[in-house]
Amino acid sequence: MTITTTVNGVEHTVDVPPAASLLTLLRDELGLTGSKNACEQGECGSCSVWLDGELVCACLVAAVQADGRTVRTVEDLGGADRLHPVQEAFVAAGAVQCGFCTPGFVVAVADLLECDPHPSDDAIREALAGNLCRCTGYSKIVAAVHLAEGTAA
Amino acid sequence: MSGPSPGTLAEALEARAAHPEAVPIAGGTDLMVAVNFGRLRPEALLDLSGIAELAAWQRRDGAVRIGAGATFAQIASDLGEFPPLVQAARAVGSPQIRHRATIGGNLATASPAGDALPVLATYGGDVLLASVRGERRLRWDEFLVAPKRTALAEDELIVGVEWPVVDGPGSFAKVGTRNAMVIAIASVSLQLDTQARRVCIALGSVAPTVVRAPEAEAFASDALDWDDPQRPLPETVAREFGALAAAAAHPIDDVRGSAAYRRRAVDVLARRALAWAADDWRKAA
Repeated sequence: MTITTTVNGVEHTVDVPPAASLLTLLRDELGLTGSKNACEQGECGSCSVWLDGELVCACLVAAVQADGRTVRTVEDLGGADRLHPVQEAFVAAGAVQCGFCTPGFVVAVADLLECDPHPSDDAIREALAGNLCRCTGYSKIVAAVHLAEGTAA
Repeated sequence: MSGPSPGTLAEALEARAAHPEAVPIAGGTDLMVAVNFGRLRPEALLDLSGIAELAAWQRRDGAVRIGAGATFAQIASDLGEFPPLVQAARAVGSPQIRHRATIGGNLATASPAGDALPVLATYGGDVLLASVRGERRLRWDEFLVAPKRTALAEDELIVGVEWPVVDGPGSFAKVGTRNAMVIAIASVSLQLDTQARRVCIALGSVAPTVVRAPEAEAFASDALDWDDPQRPLPETVAREFGALAAAAAHPIDDVRGSAAYRRRAVDVLARRALAWAADDWRKAA
């Protein structure tokens, strides 16, 4: 099946297997490996991306469903040479340990701060309920969100 | 197939009839898990996520009709006048899941733990189906026939749900190991109908399909003082209601919880739900 999708501002026309996931398309076809492949069942959030501006798990979107739509990934937020304020806050707060969940968290936090620039601890924990981290115990991630407040928009 | 993503219901029904091998997909939050784990290898998908008319909802002639494509995020933000529905929608997965998962998908998966299903059962709602042959409606318990089995025909699509709007408070609550991202071990949806003087309760995740608890309903409908909302709910009534609701459950032991735990959870959830409803009704009166 041939689809055309815009990823981080670049239009791609690609051939995808009938039931391939958007995550497979991003990682294996387009080389965007920032979105991680972990649980493959929407539990962990490490593949969080925006689809037409909405936060979703790329592993649960069929690639064909991205036809004619816009995808934005963690690569669009920033990289090693120019960190996004949320990424800077994660570094400064020590919210990164093994780092595998971090891209998904960064995307989810950026999404949260776009709609709620000054979230309460409860709002942060609810907004990040779909992102799992097995290292940090979450406290430093919550601290990173507060650190990024007001700078992330 | 002409294209992967039909833009109208009519096109989707044509595609469904012409390509029965194509598996319908809406939010994909159940279907893609099966694909990712190799349990399902569809030759093709029929993408329903671009059909705007499937995502609409409206109130008409004392009933509410919600399109199958309405996501739980949309339901949680737009349908506040139905507390059990909104509370169930908010209990689904995570923000990422709620942005995609739809009420129609919840019905198609037909898990006994599907969060929207007890709500539909509480309202005695109908499931609206369509195919190129025409439309039909099935009562919720005619549609949900067994665990993960529905009465959907090979050429049909789920178009929406519909139920009569009633006056009165209600709630949905579920028990799981966390507050988010959890499959219900047991769930309860309750609605007071203060006009018909009736209490309706449905149970999720404690029987092969969602079930109502008719004896508990009859007992509470009779025991409540419908003429005086200010009269406090007697503790004995709440307790008996919980026990009768638990007796309507036919749970199994599984990885998520034991049958005994599930029965106990229904007892407690039902008791609380009736107490909350009585409180809300008193405050509103």
